[in-house]
Amino acid sequence: MRLEPLPAPSPLRVLGVTLGALALAFLLVGGVFLAYGVNPLEAYHTMLQGTLLEAKGWQEVLRRSIPLLLIGVGLTLAFRTQFFNIGAEGQLLLGAVLAAGVALFLPLPAPLSLPAMALAGALGGALWCAVAAWLRLRFGVNEILTTLMLNYVAQSLVVFLINGPWRGKDVRGYIYSDRLADYQQLPVLAGSSVHWPTLLLGVVLALGLQLLLFRTTLGFRMRVVGENPEAARYLGLAQGRVLFAVALITGGVAGLAGVGELAGIHHRLIEPTRLSSGYGFTAIIVAWLARGHPVLVLLTAPLLGLILAGGDVLKVSLNMPFRIVDVFGGVMLLCLIGSEFFLRYRLRWGRGG
Amino acid sequence: MEELFSALARALSFGTPLLIACLGALLNERAGVVNLGVEGMMALGALAGFAVAYGSGGDGNLWLAVSAAMLAGALAALLHGFVTITLGANQFVSGLALAMLGLGMAGLLGKRYEGLPLFNQPPEWPFTLGALGLALGLAFVLGATRLGLALRSVGENPAAADLLGVNVRALRYAAVVAGGALAGLAGAYLSLVYRPSWTDGMTAGLGWIAVALVIFVGWSPLRAIFGAVFFGLLYYLQFRLQGQMGIPTEVFASLPYLLVILVLALSGLRGQQGNAPEALGKPYRRGER
Repeated sequence: MRLEPLPAPSPLRVLGVTLGALALAFLLVGGVFLAYGVNPLEAYHTMLQGTLLEAKGWQEVLRRSIPLLLIGVGLTLAFRTQFFNIGAEGQLLLGAVLAAGVALFLPLPAPLSLPAMALAGALGGALWCAVAAWLRLRFGVNEILTTLMLNYVAQSLVVFLINGPWRGKDVRGYIYSDRLADYQQLPVLAGSSVHWPTLLLGVVLALGLQLLLFRTTLGFRMRVVGENPEAARYLGLAQGRVLFAVALITGGVAGLAGVGELAGIHHRLIEPTRLSSGYGFTAIIVAWLARGHPVLVLLTAPLLGLILAGGDVLKVSLNMPFRIVDVFGGVMLLCLIGSEFFLRYRLRWGRGG
Repeated sequence: MEELFSALARALSFGTPLLIACLGALLNERAGVVNLGVEGMMALGALAGFAVAYGSGGDGNLWLAVSAAMLAGALAALLHGFVTITLGANQFVSGLALAMLGLGMAGLLGKRYEGLPLFNQPPEWPFTLGALGLALGLAFVLGATRLGLALRSVGENPAAADLLGVNVRALRYAAVVAGGALAGLAGAYLSLVYRPSWTDGMTAGLGWIAVALVIFVGWSPLRAIFGAVFFGLLYYLQFRLQGQMGIPTEVFASLPYLLVILVLALSGLRGQQGNAPEALGKPYRRGER
């Protein structure tokens, strides 16, 4: 047995290896189900039953896919530029905070309220991410650590606000802010909690960012900066500006995801862990699966949305902790990046010549 | 004066898990492998330690519990080693995945231990002294032994080390696994000593702070002692000043994270990133650049 380098794997091979990695991941998580004391077949059946085989389940998958879609397209761009933003969770929260601030305290005419909230939310996420970009460019600080630390800061900020100055008038049990007015809520598909304007925005962004990446000069610069920083320097590309643009986009869309959760689902600023349930981290897998193509997020976001919705089902039906979703995430990500080995090399049996 | 001493003592005890985890991460980074999974490995160690201590009851099983925690951390790190060293995958993403997986597994399998009491609380000082000893020992090994030289060369220039007959893979694996064992030990300190109980998410970002601390202390085990005490002091103040002076709790809660950012920016300003091992984060395969 020997290894043979593959200069450029065919799309078919990429697809095959990716599907193989996913299959392995589901097999391994099956082992975790066993260790927990649940029959894996039963667990997978329950997940499937509660998500894809019921109308209500479909809606849940779709609802969960919306923030993943928004954050995922941004992260695809960021990873492609080698900007490892893993602070989408915090950027989402900041988006929700600024949107809630506009909604609760800025008296605007009704038709302007939602657009202003969206704008403020995008700005909040973008600025939160820009801090990390600035620290990397100015001080050479690794953005993985800063974006991560900013997540914790954002969580504290939300708790501080709803526990202090923004505390709602009718609070009991959980802490939260006052409720948004009806005209400040995103419209939903009848009888569900699928806030469709955000869904539409996600689809448009997936297509738009794909075009940006492959059809514009800025997109070309992003690709060069990510794939070959030395060439970028040689060509005189302003790496800083490209990184900043990427940071603003990826943070901005994460902020929009926060606006969606706030104005589409919860209708008030609530505790950070209930507001997001880890979309920022799950979207890392969404983006990695899409292998640098924003448009492919249209496929990978629903897949992870399925797993998040499935986690809800397992929580209710089998009384499992929602943490099972993190196990799924970790195993999938490890299998995916491990499988890339088989895109770079081909295993040949027998003696080489 | 007495107040100051007790504050320092508390800071040292708060800083102990940070120091242990930081030394682990520092060791594998010196060998050229970043492992961002410290938070997850700590969670696994905390659970394994607690589960074994609880399951075995009585006294005298501290060793067993601590060994289980270290084993759990080491096994998780082995996974990271396989994916990054053997398969040559992106170390940062693998570490993230490991953090996710570790937190998830610990939360899942630890559910049955939630809220259970542990009656024999071991004393803190053996852990603290052990951590200090470890820092000194690691500084000695890295700075003054052949093994340390080989380890550093594997982190700085694996191709040259390989040429000189150093087994790059074996050393990297050893460093990664040892780092994982230390992260597991740091977790056990949390669930056995610091707060003898198990709750999901009890690592509370300490693992990430430990990773950041490695950069702050410029990859030096001796300076890690001061870094850990510094952050320990911060945690002490957080508890000491809570609810006083009209400052909201959340400000103190976010202080360590804000400070990490500040500290990283400062070490960037001092050009400390230059101390990073040359080959940090880069996979090595013979015959490739």
